[in-house]
Amino acid sequence: MQKTGGQLAMLLVINGLLLIAGSLISSGSFLSIFNLQSMASQVPEIGLLAIGVMLAMCAGNGGIDLSGIALANLSGVMSAVIMSSFLSATDNGMAFSLAFIAGAILVGLAGGVINGLLISRLNITPILCTLGTQMAFMGLAVVVSGGKAVMVGTPALLSSIGNDMIAAVPISFLIFVVVAGMVAALLRFTPYGLWLMLMGTNPKAAVYAGFPKNGVIVATYAMSGMLSGVAGIIIAARNVNVKFDYGSSYLLIAILITVMAGVKPEGGYGRVVCVVLSAIALQLMSSLLNFGGLSNFVRDFAWGLLLLTFLAVGRYDIAGFLSLGRRSQNPSVPVPQTPK
Amino acid sequence: MNASRTGELDGGAGPSRSFSFGELVRRRPETITFLLLVAICTSVAIANPAFLQPSTLIDIGRASVVMGLFALGVFIILAAGGIDVSFTAIAAFTMYSMTVLVQSYLPNLPIVVIILMATLGGAALGIVNGLLVHHLKVPSLIVTIGTQYLFRGFLLSFIGTVWIMSLPPQMGAFGRMPLFQIESGNGALITLPFYFLVLPIAAGVTWWILNRTLMGRAIFAVGGNADIASRLGYSLRTVHVFLFGYAGALAGLAGIIHVCANRQANPFDLVGTEINVIAAVVLGGARITGGTGTVLGTILGVLLIVVINSVLVMVGIPSTWQRLVVGSFILLAAAFFVTRQRRK
Repeated sequence: MQKTGGQLAMLLVINGLLLIAGSLISSGSFLSIFNLQSMASQVPEIGLLAIGVMLAMCAGNGGIDLSGIALANLSGVMSAVIMSSFLSATDNGMAFSLAFIAGAILVGLAGGVINGLLISRLNITPILCTLGTQMAFMGLAVVVSGGKAVMVGTPALLSSIGNDMIAAVPISFLIFVVVAGMVAALLRFTPYGLWLMLMGTNPKAAVYAGFPKNGVIVATYAMSGMLSGVAGIIIAARNVNVKFDYGSSYLLIAILITVMAGVKPEGGYGRVVCVVLSAIALQLMSSLLNFGGLSNFVRDFAWGLLLLTFLAVGRYDIAGFLSLGRRSQNPSVPVPQTPK
Repeated sequence: MNASRTGELDGGAGPSRSFSFGELVRRRPETITFLLLVAICTSVAIANPAFLQPSTLIDIGRASVVMGLFALGVFIILAAGGIDVSFTAIAAFTMYSMTVLVQSYLPNLPIVVIILMATLGGAALGIVNGLLVHHLKVPSLIVTIGTQYLFRGFLLSFIGTVWIMSLPPQMGAFGRMPLFQIESGNGALITLPFYFLVLPIAAGVTWWILNRTLMGRAIFAVGGNADIASRLGYSLRTVHVFLFGYAGALAGLAGIIHVCANRQANPFDLVGTEINVIAAVVLGGARITGGTGTVLGTILGVLLIVVINSVLVMVGIPSTWQRLVVGSFILLAAAFFVTRQRRK
């Protein structure tokens, strides 16, 4: 258990260090209110997807959700196409926005339930299943939109989600924090959260203990799908139009965030607050690289290196080693893991 | 393979050698792939007889070389219970840096040496993968997503982003070298290129490794159950390094062939096709949890994907449907193989 506090503290320290480094490099403009706002409005999309990946990983048994960004794009595209055939975004902005939001969440939910049913009922391995659904969701988005960007425009509510602030905090960031808080509460205070973590720790024991295994899996992937739907809404609100191949690098970044947050890839442990903090840290780092004038390719390189570094940190317990001194004598891993 | 081999032994020893269809499918899941391939080809040929022209068939053969090489690498890793998504980045890395190297520094390097160096370079990058997967002890999917970004980011930020349109002459010549040529009905000359031979050779070598060497046994044993395999005395480290090194070598080879065949080197190429390749291997009957699969099935899976990709347009389905069709095929195949396994 001592590891949980350590990870949180480490992420807080990393965030602090990044802010300090940023302000030193940019001589203060990194901490300007405008830059902070623009960074905060970039976190939600990827943060929501990362929480979805975290949930799937916690379920254990090789759980992972690779379909997140494809589903987010699908829910944006699908909802935009359906709703704009009934309502006009320019004449009736409020109604269109509400219908669009409902539609996107429903599509996300439906996609997540499909993932969950395929994994729990048909016993398809999560990697393979979400690989297939990722392709199918993306394909469906291509078919629905004809491969073109779909215009959403700037109807009243959506545009304020994308651009406005409440008390100098972007609304999209507030939505992200609220949703993350809801998921965290769900994991902490309901039997579902306990079932999810225990099932991830030992699926066989969970079955013998009488957990509703299929229900938990379907609920987990449905929740991940719904988070994708919300991400789809925010993408649409921020970008005016939606396209099937938006954010192709988000898949890696979402996984990178969860690994950085100390979520165990083999299941059973993960904290939402750590995921939120690590999403913020990643955004700070990305902005920092931009301030340094480095190209996107250097950033890709840095992401890959960072992911591997954090895997090594998790493997050899370097965080614990640094905080508690000489404990490197037994970096033993209790159970040898099969590569999946 | 383990399962199918014991199945064969049981069948041979038992008194009843019933060749029911279900039994055949259980032992050789690639039968389904084959039947599906035949069914698709037949229906396409009926809908559009132009499909059976030699030019189409040769196009399919040509298109399946690079994907087939990738698929053999993915298959051998899948057989050991891992998964690799970095092979396209390895291929892009080796092909582009080799082309740059030959063009600017060693213009007279013979093609054999170029291919050999690309293969070795790919193997070296693959070994990095293998060591990381072994020592970090996390799912190889996550490790290879990381190395994919690492290799590609390194390539694009430090080696170059320029599209090389004019290849060194020996590489272009290799891409054009014919194996045989036929004259089609309208007088155009259709060429099956020499590099096509690489695929059957690589498939043969892979088959030999998996079925005739101790390493092959070790790979299937690790895929079946890594803990038991290591207690039996197989060195997991050696197996992981060999697997990823071999897959990397195939990826390097595929990359250089891709360059020679297309007569240009685009550093942004290839990455993004890995899901298609994994789909091909899974459609070929290899289970993603490891321990099963055959080389023949893998090749059939590759042909299936290449045929689907190239015939959709011929039968009048718009190309926007391609992803949806392939995705549904993956899910159907996965569901089918799982239910088959449960019935057993």
